[in-house]
Formats: sequence, structure tokens, C-alpha cells
Amino acid sequence: MVFIRAFLLGGVICVLAQILIDLTKITPARIMVIFVVTGVVLGMLGIYPRLVEWGGSGATIPIIGFGNVLAKGVIEDIEKKGLIGAFSGGVRAGAVGIASAVFFGYIMAIVSKPKIKNKS
Amino acid sequence: MDKKMTRKEYMQWSQKEAPKTRKGKNMLMAFLIGGTICTIAQIINSFLLSAGMVQEDAGTVTTLIMIFLGAFLTGLNVYDDIGRIGGAGAAIPVTGFANSIVSPAMEYKKEGYVMGVGARMFLIAGPVLVYGIVASIICGILYYLFA
Repeated sequence: MVFIRAFLLGGVICVLAQILIDLTKITPARIMVIFVVTGVVLGMLGIYPRLVEWGGSGATIPIIGFGNVLAKGVIEDIEKKGLIGAFSGGVRAGAVGIASAVFFGYIMAIVSKPKIKNKS
Repeated sequence: MDKKMTRKEYMQWSQKEAPKTRKGKNMLMAFLIGGTICTIAQIINSFLLSAGMVQEDAGTVTTLIMIFLGAFLTGLNVYDDIGRIGGAGAAIPVTGFANSIVSPAMEYKKEGYVMGVGARMFLIAGPVLVYGIVASIICGILYYLFA
């Protein structure tokens, strides 16, 4: 069942990140950077696409899946256009993700008010 | 726990036990929240497929919807609560990426719309894009040369 596989794979990827945060002193921002680079490498090696096939959104929704999208775009463009594809493919494939994050992020930041923080 | 435990023994015991249980709970919550977010995305994805979209477009639109939800819930001050409970389970999905954009942008709005909102949006998203794109270009050149 694809929903259960998405739940399991997505959960496991997040647990790996949580373990890295708790056991080392690595900050969440660095974890995200490590994960996206890992996704690029696993995508290039053809390993991550198999996880996507198995876990669907459980593989594509974590940030490591964004790295895989960059790698996938680069491979596609290199096959089509040669070396220049290394520069064009990543951002082309990630365009919707990047543009929608900037667009929705900007709009939401403009229209909403931050909660007054009263953390102890 | 033995009542006769001395203060010193208790300190040692609590230091040994507490982080372990907290780590266990963190891991469980990361698994549940992360898994749930991915399952919601899978439900959206399956719905789009059944509506006649091809797989690649459905995946792209699913990502777009999840990014919108992450940004929207951050704007309503809800996603930060999810983040406190779910830890990496809320941060690692693409909704957390959207959260990492909206959250600092909202907070630094008082510094203006260019250097406040415009610049601070990329506090975490910036490094992710920089390292992701640089890694993909380096890997791409290697792929071109050796594959």
C-alpha cells in the first residue's frame, strides 16, 4: 500500500535527521544542507530514484528528495545538451519548488503577523 | 527508584536516564510527524493522479501544494508548534523548507521589506540552495566526464 510505504520511508528519513541532531551538535540548518547534498549524490548514483519508486511522497517530500530532483534534472540535461546541462538541469528541474517557496514564502511573510514570543 | 538515593546519585541517575528518554521521544515524534506529512502528500499525489494528471506533473503539483501549506501554516503561527513537537519530522519535509523561509522573513519584517523580508527569507533556504546547486553541478561535471 503506497500510503503506508510513504509513511514509513518519510518517517525513517526524518528519524535519521533527528538522530543526527540529538547525538551530534549539528544544527537543523546544517542537517538540511547535508541532506540536500546527500540527495544529489544518491540521485546521481541512481540509488534515490529507486527509493522514490518504492516510497513515493515519502521519498520526494523530505528535503533529500529536492537534492534528487536537482540530480535528475542535471542528468536529463547532460544527456540532451552535453556539459552545459550540468549548469542548466538542476535549477530547471527544481524551478517549481524554488519559485513556489519564494512566492508563497514572500506573500505569507508579508500578510501575517509574528506571534509575540513569551518563551521563558 | 530507591528513595534512599543520595542527591549525588540522583544527579548521576537523572543525567544518564533523562537524555535517553528524551531522545527516544524525539525520535518517535519525528517519525510520526514526518511520516504523517509524507502520507498527506501521498494522498494529494494519488488524488491528482486519479484526476488524470501524469506522474511527473502530479509530483510537481504535490510539492507546490505542500510548500503552500507549510508557508500558510507558518503564517498562522501553527507550524512552529508542529516543529516544537515534531523536531526533524517537521523540519525535513518540504513544508519545513517553506517554514524556514517564512519564519525569519516574518520575524525580521521590522527591518524593512528589502533587507528584512527579502534577505532574511534565505537564512536557511539560501545555504540549502547554494550547497544543493553547487553539488549538482560538480556531480554533473563528473557524470559528464565518467558516465
